[in-house]
Amino acid sequence: MSHPHVVHGGPAGPAADHTLEVLELTVGYGERTVISGLDLIVPPGRITAIVGPNACGKSTLLRSMSRLLGPRAGRVLLDGRAIHKMPAKEVARTLGLLPQSPVAPEGITVADLVGRGRHPHQGVLSRWSHADDVAVAEALLATDTTALAERPVDELSGGQRQRVWIAMALAQQTDLLLLDEPTTFLDVSHQVEVLDLLTDLNHARGTTVVMVLHDLNLAARYADHLIALTEGRLHAAGSPAEVLTEDAVRTVFGLESRVITDPTCGKPLMLPIGRHHSAPAVRTA
Amino acid sequence: MTGPGASTTPAALPTRAEEPDGYGAVPLETVVAVARGRVRRTARRRVVLVVLALLVLAVFATSLVVGRTVYPPLDVLRVVLGEDVQGASFTVGRLRLPRAVLAVVVGLSFGLGGVTFQTMLRNPLASPDVIGISSGASAAAAFAIVVLGLSGPSVSLVAIVAALAVALLVYGLAFRGGVAGTRLILVGIGIAAMLESVTAYVLSRAAEWDLQEAVRWLAGSLNGTDWSEVLPATAALVVCGAVLLSRTRALGALQLGDDTAAALGVRVEPTRILLIVAAVGLIAFATAAAGPIAFVAFLAGPIAARVVGTNGSLLLPAGLVGALLVLVADLCGQFLLGTRYPVGVVTGVLGAPYLIYLIVRTNRAGGSL
Repeated sequence: MSHPHVVHGGPAGPAADHTLEVLELTVGYGERTVISGLDLIVPPGRITAIVGPNACGKSTLLRSMSRLLGPRAGRVLLDGRAIHKMPAKEVARTLGLLPQSPVAPEGITVADLVGRGRHPHQGVLSRWSHADDVAVAEALLATDTTALAERPVDELSGGQRQRVWIAMALAQQTDLLLLDEPTTFLDVSHQVEVLDLLTDLNHARGTTVVMVLHDLNLAARYADHLIALTEGRLHAAGSPAEVLTEDAVRTVFGLESRVITDPTCGKPLMLPIGRHHSAPAVRTA
Repeated sequence: MTGPGASTTPAALPTRAEEPDGYGAVPLETVVAVARGRVRRTARRRVVLVVLALLVLAVFATSLVVGRTVYPPLDVLRVVLGEDVQGASFTVGRLRLPRAVLAVVVGLSFGLGGVTFQTMLRNPLASPDVIGISSGASAAAAFAIVVLGLSGPSVSLVAIVAALAVALLVYGLAFRGGVAGTRLILVGIGIAAMLESVTAYVLSRAAEWDLQEAVRWLAGSLNGTDWSEVLPATAALVVCGAVLLSRTRALGALQLGDDTAAALGVRVEPTRILLIVAAVGLIAFATAAAGPIAFVAFLAGPIAARVVGTNGSLLLPAGLVGALLVLVADLCGQFLLGTRYPVGVVTGVLGAPYLIYLIVRTNRAGGSL
C-alpha cells in the first residue's frame, strides 16, 4: 500500500500513508447548517482530537469525514479522492468509524460482535476465511479482550464493552480510525485505559486516530494534534500547546481559565475558573 | 497515567512492522481459540437448524397421514410421488397436500419477513403483523376478491401493492428526521386497527357473505387450499427469500445501528429499501394465499432466537420456526379442539400472551417500547 500523498510520517509506524483532508466543507441536517466552509488536514500516523462545546458540529464533522453524511458543498478527500464518490466498502477497508452509541444485539457474544467488523472484507457469498479468524484474534489481543471472547456483550462492564467495540473496529483492519467520544459514560480510570489503548495502536501500527473528545485535558494529553471547533467553524488547529490557551478556552467555550503545564507530561492543562472558587490573585489577574 | 510519548505497549500487541502482511505477530493459539469458538457456535446452530427442518418434515408428513381418515404412510408416499391410489389420491393429493405445502410456504414467508423487520428495526414489536403490513395485504386481498371480483395472481398483486403502500405510509408517518422505533410501532398499530376494520367492512358488504372467507381475511386460514393459491406464494418465497438470504451479512451489520453499519461499508438506505421490499413481498404473497395468519411473523423470530441463541443470522431459523408454527397450529386447529378452528385462531391464542408480555416487560424497563 503506497500512496503518493504522504504529508508527514513522524515517529509513527509504517501503515500511516493514508491521507484525509477536508476542503471547504459545508454540511447540515434539513434546514440547519451545522458546519460551514471548514478546511482541515488530518496528520497521517498521528492522534488527532477534535474538541469544542456541545452542538459545535464535532460529531457531524466526524460523520462527514467518514462518508456517513454527504456534503452540501466542499469535499472530503481520502487519499486524494472524494470520499462520498468512493464505494462504501472500499472506504470501509481504509477508514473505520466507531459511532457514539453503537447497538449490541441482545445476547451476542464478544467474538461474534468483533467478527462483524469483517464485513467490508467479505463478499455476499464468500465464506468465513482464515484471514477473518486472524483479524478477530488480532483485534481481541490488541484490546486485551481475548478472555471475554465467549461472553455475551450485555454482561460486560462499560469499560470492557468499549474495548470490545474498539476491537470490532480493529477487526475491520483500517489504517484510519475515527471515534466519536470513545470515553463517554466511562469512569476516569477506564477513560485513561481506552486512550492508552488507542495510543498503543497508534505507536505499534501507525494507525491514524481521529477522535472527538469532551475532556479538554485528556485531549491535550493524548493528542498530537488538536482541532478546536466553535459553531461549525475551525477555531484553531495545531499542537496542544498551540491550541489549548486561555484565550482559546474563552473564545470557544466562553469560560475563564488558567492553562498551566501538566507536571506529569509537559502538555497544557486547563483549570477552569468558576464564579466561586478562585483565589483573589487569579480573580484580579 | 502516561503520556503518549511514554506509553507502555502490552507485550501481546501485534505489530505490522514485523510482518508485511500484518498477521505474523498474532500467536497461533489465539487464532485457533477464535476459530474453535466460531466452529462450536456454528456447529450448535447447524444442529438446531437440522432438528428444526426434521421437525417441519415430520409434522408435514403427519398432516398428510392424519385426518378424518388415516391413510397408511406408504399410500401417502405413493400419492406424493404421483401414483394413483384409490381414495387417497383425492383426499391426500387434492386436499391435504396443497394445504400442508401452503402451510410450509406461508410459515417460511411469515418467519423470514417478520424476523427481517424485527432485526432491521431492532425491536421485536416491529413485526409486519403488528405494524399493519399484514393487515394492509389482507384488506386489499379481501377487497380485490369480494368487491372487484378478482382471483389468482391479480389478488396477490393487489395485496403486495397495498402492503408496500402501508409500509411506506407507516414509515412516512413515523419519519421525523429519522425513524424512531417507538413512533413507528405506535403508528403501525393504529394503521393495523384501521385496516382490520376496513377488512371487516368489505366482508360485511359482500353479497356472497361467507364465513369461511371472512375468517380467512380476518384471522388467516388454510381451509380449502388449492394449488392455484400455492404457486404464487411459492414463487415469491423463492425470489424474495433468496434476496433476503443474500443480504444476511448486511442485516447483521444494520443490527448494530445505522452509523455502525455505514462505517462497515453497508449502503444503509438502499439496503434497507431492498430488505423492506423483499420482506413485504413475502408477507403480501403469503397473506394473499392464506390470510394474515395471526402472530406467526411476530413469534417466529423471538422463538428462533431462544433456540439457536443470538449468534449468527436468525433468518433461516425463524423461517423454519414459522413453518413449524403454522403446521402445528393447523393440525391442532383441525383435530385437537373438537371444532375445526382455522389456523389463525390457534396462532392468535399463542401470540397474544407474548405480545402482552413484551409490552409489560418494556413498560417495566422504563416505558420505551
